[in-house]
Amino acid sequence: MNLPNSVTEIIQGLENGTFSSQELTKAYLNRIDNLDPEINSFITVCHERALLDAKNADRSRSNGSANKLTGVPYANKDIFCTKGVRTTSGSKMLDTFISPYDATIVERLGSQGMVMLGKTNMDEFAMGSSNETSFYGQVNNPWNTNCVPGGSSGGSAAAVSAGFTPVATGSDTGGSIRQPAAFCGISGLKPTYGRVSRYGMIAFASSLDQAGPMGRSVEDLAHLLSPMAGYDPKDSTSSMVKTEDYSGNLEDALKGKTIGLPKEYFSTSLDRQVEGVIEEAIKEFEKLGANIVEISLPTTSLSIPAYYVISSAECSSNLSRYDGVRYGHRCELPIDIEDLYKRTRSEGFGEEVKRRLLTGTYVLSSGYYDAYYRKAQQIRRLIKDDFANAFTQVDAVISPTAPTTAFETGKHLDNPVEMYLGDCFTVASNLAGLPALSIPAGFVGGMPVGLQLIGSYFQESKLLTLGHMFQKSTGWHQHFSRDDSEGTQ
Amino acid sequence: MPITEKEVREIAQLARISIADKDICSYEDQLNKILAFVDEMKAVETEGITPLAHPLEETQKLRNDKVSEKNQRESYQSVAPTTENGLYLVPQVIE
Repeated sequence: MNLPNSVTEIIQGLENGTFSSQELTKAYLNRIDNLDPEINSFITVCHERALLDAKNADRSRSNGSANKLTGVPYANKDIFCTKGVRTTSGSKMLDTFISPYDATIVERLGSQGMVMLGKTNMDEFAMGSSNETSFYGQVNNPWNTNCVPGGSSGGSAAAVSAGFTPVATGSDTGGSIRQPAAFCGISGLKPTYGRVSRYGMIAFASSLDQAGPMGRSVEDLAHLLSPMAGYDPKDSTSSMVKTEDYSGNLEDALKGKTIGLPKEYFSTSLDRQVEGVIEEAIKEFEKLGANIVEISLPTTSLSIPAYYVISSAECSSNLSRYDGVRYGHRCELPIDIEDLYKRTRSEGFGEEVKRRLLTGTYVLSSGYYDAYYRKAQQIRRLIKDDFANAFTQVDAVISPTAPTTAFETGKHLDNPVEMYLGDCFTVASNLAGLPALSIPAGFVGGMPVGLQLIGSYFQESKLLTLGHMFQKSTGWHQHFSRDDSEGTQ
Repeated sequence: MPITEKEVREIAQLARISIADKDICSYEDQLNKILAFVDEMKAVETEGITPLAHPLEETQKLRNDKVSEKNQRESYQSVAPTTENGLYLVPQVIE
């Protein structure tokens, strides 16, 4: 069968009886089996469970008890705990971990009747921008398999781009939804910190981590965000601010909307051709009636150093739980408790994770805490204040999502700092806790370019409207990396 | 001030990660690169600025201290490497 191109089409098809959830699920599973060996976007594919869920979804449709999303297939990043299904976070440490409970978002999407196709590949514990640090092997970019898909939600991005799933969940600590979305030519939203529950999402840096939707269009992101968002008593950092009807508010004229262009973002590190694509996109927003004004975010250059200090510090604390005692990897025949901890952790964690654990331990250690961790938190406030100031004048801030298109596999592996610098446009919104959207804006040398829109707190609807209106007039999101009929039999 | 080989060993001990002698130099080199780059923060005056720990500056929500979960010891221990009679097993700690 020809796979539908959007969740909207799937909902219509299921409602009209054009196809059943079972037929659709089978087609996606076939496509994964046939085409994913080249991409490696899935760590675990749930054939039997998905077909069973699809069967139940079809039954709900026929007896009138279905929700809008009942029977719609999706995939979860392997950072979300799924009851009875292996949950690895891309690490050898959790290679055999079968979660005894569901993450809140998994439970919520499941209770809508959505069908989980499987768990997607990711950088180990979400630490990486290229999906090369996964214990389960690198993911290849469907647009050019010699290039990385971005990270850390690179499996979800590649799977959506290649049409292995219509939508997927992701998590974003410093750009991990937006940068892979940009590299793979799809849309991705990092909501406001606290908008989506973190319960059951394996922790990396708790004051920065946020889950969000990834899909081919902004409209599809809205479909997925609605059930994901909202207060969760199981996550004390989730927000009680009321959610909105994200799908219902997409159509709105952009006349009178003001978009800020931070002069610091258009610096020397930005690829000239990527800049050209973004300039065209800005003209498109002007054509749609938006006002573009130049703004200043003076602390921009400090956001990556502050981010790496804070995220490494928090991960060194969070990952201390992997001690070989309660779950996860345990070394063979430990001679004493020290040996148990040290060998378990050395065997279970990969290089990049160890590097960050050491960095985090150092910046939190006595004598260095003030110079690094406290300083980074002070800079974090300056960054937040910069944005607060900007949002008194503008509805959203526009920038490229990443300074380049997807780079070649292996390019930055020897130099972690070079890899970190690629996050220059995305980390600030995590530090400030702001929502940010990445959407396709064009191509350079056959590779997709992502455009980022950052909004003020809990302004997800406004961002989605800006993105949707742009997609309606440009169609960049309708360029697909794979033919939609291939491999479905 | 660059981090020394001795400090790399000390941090690794704090983080309970063993590093083979042959790898110490490469960690030392990479940590120094990372620290040199985060040292850019030093150029900014932050005297008197209150550190920001939580992006929304919300205070921790409190709830009543009520039992809300049922006992799931068996299910939670089913993923443990070794248990006995409902207890986690570790190498002997006290002589």
